[in-house]
Amino acid sequence: MAGYIVRRVLQAIPVLLGTTFLIYFMVFAMPGDPIVGLFGEKTPPPAVLEQLRERYNLDQPFIVQYFIFLGNIFRGDLGVSFSGQPVVEILAQTFPVTLRLAFLSTIFLMVGGIAAGLVSGLRKGGIFDASALVVSLIFISLPIFVVGFVGQFVFGIQLEWFRTTVGSGAPWSDLVLPAIVLATGSFAQIVRLTRASVIETESQDFVRTAASKGLSRNRIVPVHILRNSLIPVVTYLGVDFGVLMVGAVVTEGIFNVPGVGRTVYQAIIRGENPTVVAFVTVMVLIYLVVNLLIDLFYAVLDPRIRYAK
Amino acid sequence: MKIKRIGVAAIALAAAGALTLAGCTTGSPESAGEGDASSAIVTVNNTEPQNPLVPTNTNEVGGGLVIQNVFAGLVYYDAEGAVHNDVAESIETDDAQTYTIKIREGLTFTNGDPVDAESFVTAWNYGAALDNAQLSSYFFESIEGFSYDENVPEMSGLEVVDDLTFTVTLKQPESDFPLRLGYTAYFPVPASAWDDIEAFGENPIGNGPYKFEEEGAWKHNERIDLVKNDEYDGPREAQNGGVDMILYASTDAAYADLQGGNLDVIQEIPDSALETFQEEFEGRSVNQPAAANATITIPERLAHFSGEEGKLRRAAISHAIDREEITDVIFNGTRTPAKDFTSPVIDGYSEDIPGSEVLEFDVDLAKDLWAQADAISPWTGSFQLGYNADGPNQGWVEAVANQIKNNLGIEAAGAPVPTFAEFRTSITDRVIQTPFRTGWQFDYPSMFNGLGPIFGTGAGSNDGDYSNPEFDALLDEGSAATEVEEGIEKFQQAQEILFEDLPAIPLWYTNSMGAWGEQVDDVEFGWDSWPILHQITKSE
Repeated sequence: MAGYIVRRVLQAIPVLLGTTFLIYFMVFAMPGDPIVGLFGEKTPPPAVLEQLRERYNLDQPFIVQYFIFLGNIFRGDLGVSFSGQPVVEILAQTFPVTLRLAFLSTIFLMVGGIAAGLVSGLRKGGIFDASALVVSLIFISLPIFVVGFVGQFVFGIQLEWFRTTVGSGAPWSDLVLPAIVLATGSFAQIVRLTRASVIETESQDFVRTAASKGLSRNRIVPVHILRNSLIPVVTYLGVDFGVLMVGAVVTEGIFNVPGVGRTVYQAIIRGENPTVVAFVTVMVLIYLVVNLLIDLFYAVLDPRIRYAK
Repeated sequence: MKIKRIGVAAIALAAAGALTLAGCTTGSPESAGEGDASSAIVTVNNTEPQNPLVPTNTNEVGGGLVIQNVFAGLVYYDAEGAVHNDVAESIETDDAQTYTIKIREGLTFTNGDPVDAESFVTAWNYGAALDNAQLSSYFFESIEGFSYDENVPEMSGLEVVDDLTFTVTLKQPESDFPLRLGYTAYFPVPASAWDDIEAFGENPIGNGPYKFEEEGAWKHNERIDLVKNDEYDGPREAQNGGVDMILYASTDAAYADLQGGNLDVIQEIPDSALETFQEEFEGRSVNQPAAANATITIPERLAHFSGEEGKLRRAAISHAIDREEITDVIFNGTRTPAKDFTSPVIDGYSEDIPGSEVLEFDVDLAKDLWAQADAISPWTGSFQLGYNADGPNQGWVEAVANQIKNNLGIEAAGAPVPTFAEFRTSITDRVIQTPFRTGWQFDYPSMFNGLGPIFGTGAGSNDGDYSNPEFDALLDEGSAATEVEEGIEKFQQAQEILFEDLPAIPLWYTNSMGAWGEQVDDVEFGWDSWPILHQITKSE
């Protein structure tokens, strides 16, 4: 097991190097001079333009810029944003917010989606199953910004159950509505995955054996059916964590969440290479870690799965 | 501030405990005053400042609103754009070239440093010096000694006479110099700032009606909390306890907060609400022309747009655009059709400048002019209008293109460029091969500011490389005039030449739009489209 973890961690290094290079290249290849953009509709004096390009190393060829960036990273310096804030600080401020949003969203997704999928699977063809199918169909076909705006209007402005946007410090209570909105994007997949998996597991021999042993339904469903049905669902949740981070760009915009999505979006628009690359790198890192944890979690769910040789 | 939360929050809070990320949450500091109207905190939407909050390095609206309220300049502008002294005791000149500026006695920054001649001169020199690469450096261009070729640490045109007096010598007479002094670039900076200007940009110390609530009041991407500066002794004394600027990434989110009662004042209206906001906030909204306009610039270097042929074609295009219809239909009346090259809130604005008939919608005349141009050299190709697609431009650009297409019977279409940075780069580098959209947001309320920087030969923002010696001469004469009226007359004559040549086709003036909630009163929007924060009162 330990060997497996070490191998996976070592694998992350080339992945990280590759992604930073690609991202850096893509941001660099974006047409337009970000420094010119800083001056709005006004034309910057050439001399000032020169000075600023030099300050942000934008006068260097791409590969030099990239290695300066890499070198700085090893010294723990991720650069500064145009507003003079160290990128490290921005990371420290925004990532916890988005992680909390994604975490809350995953909780809603697991509780709501797995429960609905389980009931649907156990009562296949029933009224609940049919309505869960319809609801998940609606959610899957609606773009997240529609769900977001409608949710904000109905529950924030009309009913006043929630604050319309997320307040300072992003308290948990303010994150509930955005988290639910974020969760709707993947709700349908979780419900359907769970349902299919439950139906399949239910027909397995060990479930029938358990029933014939005389075990009660209350024990069979959670321990035998649910636990064994969760592997594909948990795999999906791991992949979905990345999707959640992407969805956060939209959701964070609608609910004004001071998180990663909003910051990356603005940094891309402004062409702030160091900020964009640093953020994407950390996102990739989180994605790798989450998926490693998910893989390790398999063994807990199903003792038959062993990674150690 | 009313906030309703539901029971689900309890679950969330339990989850918070389970997660080691606790400690990232901080309660929102609601510092609403009790009973006393003058101590209530007003909330207003704003955007994350793009640059450190140093006056000479702040050239965009997000940071500008902060600087404008945390600092006080020599003069300030009232809602109509009229200029009044603030820090200045007097600003005097005999020849519009050398100005003697006296500062009021006994003024201090919030850290106790005196507001003196030194605090202005040092800040201006810092802003102008090439090595400091300040975004607003070009504001000091006209001061004697300024240079873009070498680093000048101290401009020869600035001289400290005594503690409270300094003189400014310009390279040439410019009568509107005092009008400029209310712009953020000319604000003073305390002596203590020079030890660490970066730290200062994060926690600016000013002399204005407001100050930072505490160190670190700029919570990036979240909010900037300002409180009343009790030591401020000037004409802009705050009528409220402070202003919390909530930083939004989208205007839609801010508008939702205004609707939900979480925000007092919104200083811009999202496109989605243009049609409805005046009804929804009846009596609590504003929609009036501001000192900003939109134009189409057609460089002379483009084929078919030079010389006599070019003049005819520009006039034809101008006549082919129905400005009333577009401002009504596309903008829901939130733009005002243009009648000149400046703006109705600028002193000297006139709807009757000879030649301005070229802005009237007249299809027959347009066709006729176009045919005359074809007689000189037949039109080929299609008329493209460049714009940046990351801003709200597509709608009106297509409408304009359609009108040109239908009214002139030629091919016409919008030419989108994905991002603003790319769009502006292609304009700055002179590689854009189509006419393109331009706009001007006045820096200070003076006719010259709407003409000189854009159409003067070789001027900084002359995107179309327009050059006309007659026009330049009139600008110089207007600038040298020591009587305001005389200057305005010259600037209006200069506009007559512009209407003749049409280096840019005026479209409309941008309105300032805003709305506010029931708890606040006395909300007014200034000439520059910013809400005048210090006079807002709030009941709680």
